[in-house]
Amino acid sequence: MASSKPIQKLTVALAGNPNSGKTTVFNGLTGARHRVANYPGVTVEKKEGHFRYRDYELNVVDLPGTYSLTAYSTEELVARHFIFEEHPDVVVDVLDASNIERNLYLATQLMEMQVPLVLAFNMSDVAESRGLRFDLKQMEKLLGARIVPMVASKRKGIDELLEAIVETATQEHTNVLTLHYGHEIEEELSKIENLLREHGEVFPEKYPIRWIALKLLEGDTEVRDWIKEAAVCEPVEASREHLKTVLGDNTDILIADRRYGFISGACQETIKDTVQSRHDTSDMIDAVLTNRYLGLPIFAVLMFAVFYSTFKVGKYPMGWLEWFFGWLGAVIYNSWPQDTLLAVRSLVVDGIIGGVGGVVIFLPNILMLFLGIAILEDTGYMARAAFVMDRIMHKIGLHGKSFIPMLIGFGCSVPAIMATRILENRRNRLATMLVIPLMSCGARIAIYTLFVAAFFPDYLQGPMMLLIYFVGIVLAIVCIQILRKTILKGETVPFVMELPPYRMPTLKGLSIHMWDRGWMYLKKAGTVILMISIVLWAAISYPKPAAERLTGLDELQQQSVALQFSVAGHVGKAIEPALKPLGFDWKIGTALIGASMAKEVFVSQLSIIYSLGDSEEGLEALQGHLQEDYTPLQGFCVMLFCLISAPCIATVAIMRRESGAWKWAAFQYFGLTALAYVITLVVYQTGRLFLG
Amino acid sequence: MEKMNIESLDKIGAGTAVRIVTIEAGSGLKNRLAAMGLLADVQIRVVRNDGAGQIIISVKNSKVILGRGMSHKVFVVEI
Repeated sequence: MASSKPIQKLTVALAGNPNSGKTTVFNGLTGARHRVANYPGVTVEKKEGHFRYRDYELNVVDLPGTYSLTAYSTEELVARHFIFEEHPDVVVDVLDASNIERNLYLATQLMEMQVPLVLAFNMSDVAESRGLRFDLKQMEKLLGARIVPMVASKRKGIDELLEAIVETATQEHTNVLTLHYGHEIEEELSKIENLLREHGEVFPEKYPIRWIALKLLEGDTEVRDWIKEAAVCEPVEASREHLKTVLGDNTDILIADRRYGFISGACQETIKDTVQSRHDTSDMIDAVLTNRYLGLPIFAVLMFAVFYSTFKVGKYPMGWLEWFFGWLGAVIYNSWPQDTLLAVRSLVVDGIIGGVGGVVIFLPNILMLFLGIAILEDTGYMARAAFVMDRIMHKIGLHGKSFIPMLIGFGCSVPAIMATRILENRRNRLATMLVIPLMSCGARIAIYTLFVAAFFPDYLQGPMMLLIYFVGIVLAIVCIQILRKTILKGETVPFVMELPPYRMPTLKGLSIHMWDRGWMYLKKAGTVILMISIVLWAAISYPKPAAERLTGLDELQQQSVALQFSVAGHVGKAIEPALKPLGFDWKIGTALIGASMAKEVFVSQLSIIYSLGDSEEGLEALQGHLQEDYTPLQGFCVMLFCLISAPCIATVAIMRRESGAWKWAAFQYFGLTALAYVITLVVYQTGRLFLG
Repeated sequence: MEKMNIESLDKIGAGTAVRIVTIEAGSGLKNRLAAMGLLADVQIRVVRNDGAGQIIISVKNSKVILGRGMSHKVFVVEI
């Protein structure tokens, strides 16, 4: 052993503005050695990475990107709770050095929290090219914290940052810098501090008293809720009123103003600005990308590229996976000892391998999609796309960014629901997630193709396809408007968003982003999908009919009898009375139960019922059988019902995961099924009046 | 001397530099804007304003998108 010193554990919290390159710094520090979870109780993502550095075991926690630490948003609350409750040994504030004044605003709030602070001046190369020269020694003195200039995307400054972290963590903090807010505010602050000392029991003791006093003066909603003591509250109100009268604005704005005053004071002394004009290149790119006429076509082309790569390029690895699982199933099936434990063979081959295959098969799609999204986000284009789409989406009550997940929904609901993560507003996000299954996904194309071909003449097939897609879109818009006016009501949040500067994405950043999403999908949604797949497998496989009922039948007929005899078959028959008003019989009912596994299963289930197997020739024969048994109106109603009703189990699982509650997954499942029932009922019954 | 015509931000054309006089919004929102560098006495520049929809402004060294409704609450003077 080289070192005899015991390993010391250090917790490091990474704070910073959105777009400051915080994630790049995090990746630079931790590499791929990190895990993603949620902060307890909220759907804010928490990234954590462990690694050794010299004699230290570092645990780096990525706090949500925020502009300040008020009680205004969940992200800000999460960040400040972590700092006070978990007591990190060091807080690293990642700042965009080219936009230093605005970025230092968060730093002033961290200073107020009296934490051991290191300032990482990221993108210092951009700052330099913009003509900014920093006197770092002087700045360190004025800000009371170590400053590390770095270019995280090029791994410059990572070692220096680690060094600064260790030094700051191990040295005593004697000279914590205190911000001064001017004579009037300071006077009121010390009054409140004294009151708090007299009533020491009224706030959690982990929090510094000056910070509590400051937050009370600012009118911070969370801190105000902690302190109910009238002997404190009343003088606080008096102080707030007093300051408002004397200084002419609300105390929180006055204090914000003082923070900027402190910042510009510190910057004036330490930053030399050698070039005047900025934004030139970025302005020019913006002029094209957000152009009133060019903006939409450019967006359409880029979206097409994402969509294309997700589903067309992703198709090949999907095919390989499908082949692999098919091969694996066949190998096990064929090498299984004759006539022993056939039920276990079926469980392994059809239940488990089928189930795992069903989970893994989506992985290429998800990886490609999130690669596309990561590129759009990391370059800075996504915010421009939101601007371009906003005028259209605003009319239907959604944010411009909602367009992207909805578009992806035409490929598959699972990645689409995951893609709603790009929406910051929770109500907006929930509304978008809830209607995504109304976008006809790829799996439903199999159903539509069968029914359109079976029931409509050539010249009507195209229009019928379009009509069903169109019905889905219109329903989605209507549902959103209803949701936004009822359970997801809420003041339309005044819209403010930063346009990030254009940047070249790094390969490492993109691949980490992609991998995180893929892994999360496999781990969280995958387990649920697998479980339900096995249950559904059992439902279509058991109970088995007695052997004598199968004698004299060929294999296809045997399959049909077995399916009718299974739980799914019984349930299909049992719900026939309920489905009758929609024009459906038990055959469609049974196929619908299978379809809850994955929509395309509907077709193969029908084939089995008609004893046709699910080969190519089988499908053609199936069209003939359908024409004999059903009218075109019934056929259309089946399409309609498959479009709207019961999202597949993969969607349910991902909905549970992304909304954070079974409640929303259940609401979506039953809500859409009820909607499907009502609409199909109306269409079928009205249609019958006219078509006889 | 600057012209003392106070106008809401949504009336300001692209390319114009202005100084914020006041923001008429609730405390939470004003605070959020302040954290992004938007508060009284700050100079900003309108980058995009199509007369409808969101507008883009440049503040300090960053660009910010404001909803139309939001920009209606920000009062400025030309400089």
